[in-house]
Amino acid sequence: MPETPLVISGLTKSFGALKAVDNVSLDVRDREIHAIIGPNGAGKSSLVNLISGLIVPDAGAVAFFGRDITRLPAPDRARLGLNRTFQISNLIANRSVVENVMLAVQSHAGSSFRFIRPFATDKRLRETALHHLGRVGLAERSGVVVAALSHGERRQLELAVALAMAPKVLLLDEPMAGLGPEDSAQVIELLATLREELGILLIEHDMDAVFALADRISVLVYGAVLTTDTPDEVRRSPAVREAYLGEEA
Amino acid sequence: MRDLLDDHWQTLLALVLLAGFALSEAAGGGSFYISLSTRVAILAIAGIGLNIALGYGGMVSFGHAAFFGLGGYAAGVAVHHAFEGSNFLDGPIAVSGSGELLTGLVAAGVTGLAAALFIGVFSLRTSGIYFIMITLAFAQMLYYFAISFPTYGGEDGLPLYSRATLLGLDLSGDMTYFTVCYLVLVTAVILSALITGSRFGAVLNGLRENETRMIAIGFHPFRYRLTAFMVSAAMTAVAGALYVHLDGFVSPSNMSWHRSGDLIVIVILGGVARTPGPIFGAAALIAMETVLGDFTERWQFFLGLVLLGIVLFARGGLSGLLDRAAAALGLGPLGKQPDSEKDRARDRRQPGEVRDA
Amino acid sequence: MSFGFFLEQALNGLQLGVMLFLMAAGLTLVFGVMGLINLAHGSLFMIGAFLCAYVTEQSGSFWIGLGGALGGTALVGAAIEIVVMRRLYDRDHLDQVLATFSLILIFSEGMRWIFGARPLYLNTPPLLSGAVPLPNGGGYPVFRLAIIAIGIIVAIGLYQLIARSRLGMQIRAGEADREMIGALGVDINRLYTIVFAIGAMLAGLAGAMVGALQSVEVGMGEPVLIMAFVVIVIGGIGSIRGALAGAVLVGVFDTFARAFIPLLFASLFPPAEAKAIGGALASMSIYVLMAGVLVWRPQGLFPADA
Repeated sequence: MPETPLVISGLTKSFGALKAVDNVSLDVRDREIHAIIGPNGAGKSSLVNLISGLIVPDAGAVAFFGRDITRLPAPDRARLGLNRTFQISNLIANRSVVENVMLAVQSHAGSSFRFIRPFATDKRLRETALHHLGRVGLAERSGVVVAALSHGERRQLELAVALAMAPKVLLLDEPMAGLGPEDSAQVIELLATLREELGILLIEHDMDAVFALADRISVLVYGAVLTTDTPDEVRRSPAVREAYLGEEA
Repeated sequence: MRDLLDDHWQTLLALVLLAGFALSEAAGGGSFYISLSTRVAILAIAGIGLNIALGYGGMVSFGHAAFFGLGGYAAGVAVHHAFEGSNFLDGPIAVSGSGELLTGLVAAGVTGLAAALFIGVFSLRTSGIYFIMITLAFAQMLYYFAISFPTYGGEDGLPLYSRATLLGLDLSGDMTYFTVCYLVLVTAVILSALITGSRFGAVLNGLRENETRMIAIGFHPFRYRLTAFMVSAAMTAVAGALYVHLDGFVSPSNMSWHRSGDLIVIVILGGVARTPGPIFGAAALIAMETVLGDFTERWQFFLGLVLLGIVLFARGGLSGLLDRAAAALGLGPLGKQPDSEKDRARDRRQPGEVRDA
Repeated sequence: MSFGFFLEQALNGLQLGVMLFLMAAGLTLVFGVMGLINLAHGSLFMIGAFLCAYVTEQSGSFWIGLGGALGGTALVGAAIEIVVMRRLYDRDHLDQVLATFSLILIFSEGMRWIFGARPLYLNTPPLLSGAVPLPNGGGYPVFRLAIIAIGIIVAIGLYQLIARSRLGMQIRAGEADREMIGALGVDINRLYTIVFAIGAMLAGLAGAMVGALQSVEVGMGEPVLIMAFVVIVIGGIGSIRGALAGAVLVGVFDTFARAFIPLLFASLFPPAEAKAIGGALASMSIYVLMAGVLVWRPQGLFPADA
């Protein structure tokens, strides 16, 4: 029986008196999209930070394909194939679109202690980077400096950079934040394709996207998992309505 | 060739001007100005070294004089022992002195690497204001040690009775020594351009711009920063070695925080993270010292005012000024448009730094 | 080595610690609230000493001189804040370092210009002259005891100010979230000027007292500044408590090292080597301490919580 890509058990983190993540357990299976929804401040971003390794948990464990990575530093998790995007685009502002992806390609190839050959004109890095940019639809904008990109383009670039790491599990923190309907549709299409290759933990507020894509949904309220179930069950659940959807209706 | 010109016209300009100035002085018999040009070249090398850590790496080291001074001691001590006929280390392994410049430069470089490894291991686990203070503190530590340790002169320093030779070539001539230092400068410029343009340089730049992003794509910041810090130190140390041979004197004052300040001034004055920056910065600093110094003993007062003005009002230093001038003169691609977005993105502190505690 | 000698060194260490606390508290306050690293803090120390010496000489009274030093440095601090520092809060550390480094040049040369290159002399006030008898028969200067006492009073006063007063509340709020307090209607400009002036005054106080102990000369502030940096690194940045703990630790450690390491070496090595190596090691001691603390606690002993 193959290992589950991502298993989180009892993850807990407090910031002072605030329990941001409260004994969260869930898993991400291969070829599925597991969505996480919940009201603002529910601890969703903190959860992603814990899983990706940017924050150290107070308790609990993270396992990646059966291997305990709870103590593994964040860069090593990224190299293993556990990759993430950020809710607020986190890019290298003084570099171009393709150069941002090239950095990820370079990291994946593990060849960064090279001091002589120029980076910017490196054909191998560039070609691979352009391939990933093509997947998200940014290939035409490859030479544009990030500082000059639109919001939507930056979200796309976030995805391209994550893809360049050859991920086995993707943690996506509100990839559709601030996107218009056209861009959102593009992202939904892309995620549907990606679902065939890897496991995705999707944090989102866009309910259309969530219910269109998710195989399973976990509802996070005040840092704790209220329920984990299929979209239909979650839609029907009165507890969920009350905690979350009810406020929107 | 066009590309080379586009990106590096300022560097070529700086190098040509420096060589031109020295040659014209040589023709006119001006020994003082040749020596001045040599000083510019050497300080430029030190600045290029610092620029790698500070400009490109974003590591504000206020202790680089430690490497400059240590490099000087390494080279000076080597020559001192050669002259005296004594050994640096006696015992199972005897280390004798050497009158060969290359040996001195290598010794300086290695000393710089070792010192930077030691200091870096402690200080690179911190960032921001901690890093500035810690590098300053460690440099002071070495400075006080050099003052109190009497074997090589202590506070009085160590006079060198002869300049090292280069593979048998006598370097006592002003122009000869300038040429040697100039060639080292050209080497430093090339190395700096290659390193900062390489894959390693791209990582370093990324770490400076957005460390969180770099971590998220699998880079461990510490190893790259330490490497850059060590390379930077080695280069500055080599400059320090050349410096003591220019002066004929090894002094602990080359390790003082004043010297660290000079190096930072050179880098910022010339333009942070620009390859030709330190050459312009060194030239400007020496020029101000010489010209203002002729007018008044209080020239440092005016230097302070000029620097303050530059920090507050003229971003990008002299390199930036040249960019704008070239653009204004309509020299097209020859003037890299000052990317105001980039500059502003760089100059403003990252949001995370507000929480620096 | 008698108990009296030990006591004398302990008191010296405490006195040095107090002086370092005054410097470090100002530095860490300014950094905590405004996010500004100020290399010119040592210049404020020097200005305090010069003002005290000058006003004392003109007026004939140390106490008027001290008052002049305190008021003067507060004014100079406020002036610098308004003219220069304000433009630096949003800039990165590199710019702040260079700008405040320029200020050091301006102040040092400025002072040389005004007062000449010779040191000024400042005598301890008659009221605080004399010595208190020590167990070993020697005497400990009253003035040094006074410095310790003043330091303790200032520490308590600072604590009260920050923990209990309205200004203190604003300071603490500013340290926690700079952007927020502006939105809450606090006059940021005024707050920052006041905080900076307080820091300057503390530095000036330290300078005036040390000036009376030693001499008043240009450049006296920089070694102290660097020691204050060591204090902050060890104590943890942004916290007054850390500044106090770090200052006392560094003060005592440095004093003891300078007093006892040469003695230790003299008993182990021949006198020439002992003096050389012992002296060198003693002057390095606080940096070794700093390195040690960094290995154990990279954030310092009492860092302010983010």
